[in-house]
Amino acid sequence: MPRSFLVATFSDPATLLNAVETVRSEDLRVHDVFAPYPIHGLDEVMGLRRTRLPWVTVLVGLCGLAFALCFQYFAAVFDWPVNVGGKPDNSTLAFIPICFELTVLSSGLATVFALFVRSRLYPGKLAPVFAEGVTDDVFALVVRKPESADEARRATSVLEKCGARDIEEKATGQ
Amino acid sequence: MATTAFTHEDNVPLPSRARILLPTRLVDGNPTIGEVTDHISAPMEATPGRGWWLCFAVALLCLANLLFMVGYLFAKGIGIWGLNNTIGWAFDITNFVFWVGIGHAGTLISAVLLLFRQPWRTSINRSAEAMTIFAVMCAGLFPLIHMGRPWDAFFIFPYFPNQRGPLWVNFRSPLVWDVFAISTYFTISLVFWYLGMVPDLATLRDRFTSPIKKAIFRVLSLGWSGSHRTWARYEIVSLVMAGLATPLVLSVHSIVSMDFATSVIPGWHTTIFPPYFVAGAIYSGFGMVLTLLIITRETMNLQRYITLRHLDYMAKVTLLTGSIVGYAYATEFFAAWYGDNLYERFHFINRATGPYAFGFYIMVVCNVLTPQLLWSSKIRTNVPVLFIVSILVNIGMWFERFVIIVVSLHRTFLPASWSMFYPTIFDIGILVGSFGLFFTCFLLFIRFLPMIAMWEVKGVVGVEAHRDAVVGSHARREREEEREVAHA
Repeated sequence: MPRSFLVATFSDPATLLNAVETVRSEDLRVHDVFAPYPIHGLDEVMGLRRTRLPWVTVLVGLCGLAFALCFQYFAAVFDWPVNVGGKPDNSTLAFIPICFELTVLSSGLATVFALFVRSRLYPGKLAPVFAEGVTDDVFALVVRKPESADEARRATSVLEKCGARDIEEKATGQ
Repeated sequence: MATTAFTHEDNVPLPSRARILLPTRLVDGNPTIGEVTDHISAPMEATPGRGWWLCFAVALLCLANLLFMVGYLFAKGIGIWGLNNTIGWAFDITNFVFWVGIGHAGTLISAVLLLFRQPWRTSINRSAEAMTIFAVMCAGLFPLIHMGRPWDAFFIFPYFPNQRGPLWVNFRSPLVWDVFAISTYFTISLVFWYLGMVPDLATLRDRFTSPIKKAIFRVLSLGWSGSHRTWARYEIVSLVMAGLATPLVLSVHSIVSMDFATSVIPGWHTTIFPPYFVAGAIYSGFGMVLTLLIITRETMNLQRYITLRHLDYMAKVTLLTGSIVGYAYATEFFAAWYGDNLYERFHFINRATGPYAFGFYIMVVCNVLTPQLLWSSKIRTNVPVLFIVSILVNIGMWFERFVIIVVSLHRTFLPASWSMFYPTIFDIGILVGSFGLFFTCFLLFIRFLPMIAMWEVKGVVGVEAHRDAVVGSHARREREEEREVAHA
């Protein structure tokens, strides 16, 4: 089902923050906010849940650690033990640096990859454009347009009262 | 520096004027958010000036020299260098440690200063990270070409299927740790750098009109739309990456130092090496960041983003780490005297009075005395002097590694194996060539990619503008209250 949106643009983040708060208190649904930089405090106002991506870091990091430890143990103790300077085959302390490096490598790569997957970012993707200049200096608030005409009119007036510079209606983000 | 402190309203009585002093600004000239985009994209839209072309031509020449000399090295073998049986590590490993050290400032600036919430990093972190990546590339080159058979370089990795039968690399060896540390550091730095650049690449995608550039930046920017849902995740992920990169930075040079410290050679076999090397790495890295940013701000007209305040802060870090390095030198001498080990003591006497004493004195002058100049705020904000200091730091740190490596090796336990190392034209040529590789990459970077993190600077500018508005309205309210009191 095609959705339509009301796109209100602002020239400064403070007005936008107030607008998001007002819009939500007026029972309108905020689809998303587009901004040239992350606005602090917007997460709470939009009611966004804190991302769970750091769990990916922890879990993949633990897997990397376990893999590094097991693999070194397997190679140095089972597959071909080599006597180097009389050191024990299982020199666990000497395995720590590589365990650390592989933990960081696996968890770092996995976290960034998870971010790309979660936010659906991939090479060549066409970015949805609700308003021109959101990567430059425009702040845009995109509100789900209510079904009924009365409600839609009310939404527009709420946005106007919040100090929107411009309000447009868009079908999808193209 | 003129705008460090000013008041909004000059006719306010003195006490309340004191209350509305603004904190230090990080960007000069009060640009709007849109102007930030214009200013930082300008070098990528205009044809570069003569200064850039001149630097690029010299860098390209050095790079061509590197390619020629490395080609010749592969054909002839490492006998064309001045190495011998006693001094098996010389310029190559010196250059390796030198470049890895330089590669430490970038991630330090972007990760550690992010965790400490230092907003001044925003103007310099992108180029410092780029510097890290190019420096680590140069560093990686040297162990590779130092191998007699560089085409077998993949042997240093454990890989599947294992063609060496069940024999694996020796995981107890610091040289193997080094392979893992450097490659992890390179990969994570590269990912962190790219991740930080994605929003700016999207800005350029929306800005450029030429279809080719637009297409390239469309692929690179991954369809970034500026959605706050993405921004919220993005910020957390950046923080996580910074948290991962911080111990990584410290681990890399610690592991490099273990290449030396785990051996028994006098001058190498000391426990202070890891922290000493890390401090030296940060010191040399900041030296190189200063050199590069001074060149960049002058040739690309970015003085209002890379301000004297940034140079001042970086000079302070250089002073701190330089002093730690000086302290480490003193500790080494003290330990040699106090430890009463004959060989260790001989090594340090030889270091200061032997045939390579000149290297030791260059190192002391450049790394112990030079940074002490930075106590003066006049020197910290004098660009030409600071530039000279930064070059001296780089020279000093190269000689430090030369002293540690060559001087330690040339006279060890057996006088019968004592020897001297004299660099050949290929030793020097490849060192110069590595600078060519580094500067070619860096100059291309400042020409084609956003060398200042636009979105981060916009955040700083936005917060400053907001603060001004709030402080301004406070001032107005206070003045009104005072007027009311006066009328009453």
